[in-house]
Amino acid sequence: MITNLGIEENKEWKCLACDALLKLDKVRIDYMNGSFTVMLPCCPKCGMALVPEEIALGKMLEVEKLLEDK
Amino acid sequence: MDQQTLRRVEKQCIQEEAPACQSACPLHVDVRTFVLKVGQGKWNDAWKILDKTLPFPGILGRICHHPCQDACLRKNLGGSIGIGELEKICVDQPKPRIRTIPMPKKNYSMAVVGENLSSLVAALELLRKGYGVTLFTSRDRLGGSLWDMETLSGEIIEKELAVLGSLGLELEKEQDTLDISALLENGFSAVYIGLDTQDCNSLALSDTPDLKTFSLGQKGVFAGGIPDEQGNLLPLNQAFQGRAAALSMERFVQGVSLVEGRENEGPYPTRLFSNTEDITPLPMELPANAEKGYTIDEAKAEALRCIQCQCLECLKVCPYLAHYKGYPKKYAREIYNNATIVMGNHTANSMLNSCSLCGLCQEICPENFSMTDVCLDARQDLVQRKRMPPSAHEFALQDMDFSNSDQFMLLRHAPDQKKSRFAFFPGCQLAGSNPEHVIQTYSFLINTWEKDTGLMLQCCAAPAHWSGNETKTREAMGLLEQSWQKMGEPQMVLACSSCMDMFKKYLPQITVSSLWEIMDQCEIPDTACKKAGQTMVIHDPCTTRYESRMQEAVRSLASKLGIPVTELEFSREKTQCCGFGGLMENANPAMAKKQLEQRVNESELDFLTYCAMCRESLKGAGKPTAHLLDFIFPRKAEDENPGAREKVGLSQSRDNRTRLKKTILEQIWKETSKTRGDTALLISPEVQETLDQRRILHQDIRATIAHAQEETRKQMQSVVSGHFMACHRPFMVTFWVEYSPAETGYTIHNSYCHRMQIMGEHS
Repeated sequence: MITNLGIEENKEWKCLACDALLKLDKVRIDYMNGSFTVMLPCCPKCGMALVPEEIALGKMLEVEKLLEDK
Repeated sequence: MDQQTLRRVEKQCIQEEAPACQSACPLHVDVRTFVLKVGQGKWNDAWKILDKTLPFPGILGRICHHPCQDACLRKNLGGSIGIGELEKICVDQPKPRIRTIPMPKKNYSMAVVGENLSSLVAALELLRKGYGVTLFTSRDRLGGSLWDMETLSGEIIEKELAVLGSLGLELEKEQDTLDISALLENGFSAVYIGLDTQDCNSLALSDTPDLKTFSLGQKGVFAGGIPDEQGNLLPLNQAFQGRAAALSMERFVQGVSLVEGRENEGPYPTRLFSNTEDITPLPMELPANAEKGYTIDEAKAEALRCIQCQCLECLKVCPYLAHYKGYPKKYAREIYNNATIVMGNHTANSMLNSCSLCGLCQEICPENFSMTDVCLDARQDLVQRKRMPPSAHEFALQDMDFSNSDQFMLLRHAPDQKKSRFAFFPGCQLAGSNPEHVIQTYSFLINTWEKDTGLMLQCCAAPAHWSGNETKTREAMGLLEQSWQKMGEPQMVLACSSCMDMFKKYLPQITVSSLWEIMDQCEIPDTACKKAGQTMVIHDPCTTRYESRMQEAVRSLASKLGIPVTELEFSREKTQCCGFGGLMENANPAMAKKQLEQRVNESELDFLTYCAMCRESLKGAGKPTAHLLDFIFPRKAEDENPGAREKVGLSQSRDNRTRLKKTILEQIWKETSKTRGDTALLISPEVQETLDQRRILHQDIRATIAHAQEETRKQMQSVVSGHFMACHRPFMVTFWVEYSPAETGYTIHNSYCHRMQIMGEHS
């Protein structure tokens, strides 16, 4: 299942090495015994993904805490 | 914690014990709730409370001698609540429909002899338990002496006793000629003889029942309804004896112990403590018409005088204990369940990690309940079973590793000394907060106190202990013991009370003294700030709770320094934690903030403390706070405010510790060391505050930029601002740094981190 974190299409960040604007794509993220597929801005060429600040401090933190208490 | 320990711990919390009124009542009527409902004008609820425990409430509610009133804690605060009168007016109200679920019928028949109250209650209790009951009487009607009472009308008696018939009571009109043994032989499993029915006395064959089980010598025969020591036969006691005997009869037919677990049957002294110190005396509400008793409004007013006794002493002083909307007994159970569940969420993790382990609850509790012990034990258990949430204490434990690394650790005899009779151990927090104070204090000790005082820079392992990681604690303690042996087993001079706590707990063979007691024996240095300033309040660190000598020394030093001090309400053995203790701030920053706010709001005055961590916490809450060393070794001129020093952030604390080692080696031992210059970071105070909140260190930022530039060349750039974004996962945390190159080094615009790991990219 792919979780949509409600991230809008990126217009600000580009991959420096590939010189390409990041585009939303599927990314697997893991913590402890949990694994999720989410949509994150990624480089369309090399695949490098960006975790935006509001996701890291919001949704992701919530999930981290839940997994830690599992 | 095993079941047995849980029971012992739970028993220590007395919040669920009965209030004095209830425990004084032989039938244990829930008087507190009853009075509460009357006060709220909820008569149906009040009726139901009486009906739950009082047999024939319409009768007993009018004639009981209310021993509850004598036990009432209002007694000397305006007079006991008029509970007896409240009962009367309650049972005068229309009785609500009360649904009871009948017990399944049991295949035993019981015989009850006599028509007086004890027999009627015994019969009622047995019928409600599902037994078949036959009542033997020589009279035409039930109730006996109840019919002689003025306060009871015949109508009430008949209405109340009708319940017996509806539950299936069988009547036999035979009494004097009864043969008890024959009853037992002819199908009755047990017999009750009501001695409050005169004619029945002969049936007991001069035997008297014991006052616990109400059994007679003959097996299966029970009796009650006997007068008290003064010779009074009180209805409440008759009812109690009938009920107690009925329980014994049930136990008898079940073949279980008659005596087990009956300690608190009948009146008993309660363990509940209810603080009446702040209760204002209120005079009794007297009925305008004494004969008629209370009106509805008068009854309500009287009921509202009720104190609603409960303990909750610990919740009054501890915001952490108050936060979870329960009390220690409930918390202990939740923590126990948290440890024993196999599936599902461990919902008490956050609670057990948020306690500051400060010990105030134990000091305040009338029964010495210790939340510290419960939480620490639970943390140790979680760590042992590898169930501790990694984020809870990771930062503090890494900080401890840093202090026990070459970057801070240092062991030295004093210059020109080959041995150390003493060793100064400032601890990591003082070193991180103010390295100059460590150097000044050490110089003071070797120059004016004892010249053979060595120096030990190291961590005392308190963070590991607080986190519940016993393995790590023992490792660090082992390292500390080794250092102490290398130094020639000196007597330790400690600046931090948490270090002292750790030495006493884990290395009791080492003699320790507090820096403050030593300083108090010495002349105050000439450079000390001795200008009388404004009055300050002393904040005792929570680890000095029972270190009264240290507390005295600090007050004596303050007096010598000419600092006018007053005491906080919560000081010395009742002192409050600053929110750092027990790693509260690491595991639950919001809770630590609450704790700190409560502490800070205790006084308008500036704080004076003698723990570096307390100073940092209090400063962080915006409270003007000075450390005692700020007065003893002021920065510049005497007229400077010694408490003006800013709060030290997390990165600065580490830098300070590294710098301390380098500087003290240069200044005291004339040893110079080469240090690699770190890349300069330009960080605004606002960004720095964010970094401290997120526990992101400068070393994390440097490592992230270096990783992006040197190792992976992978980074991003903003097409809007031109800023770079680098990412690095050096351990279980992924760091993101938004930066741009500056003339020397980098300008840091933002940084954040998360623990989840990006696995597949572009899958």
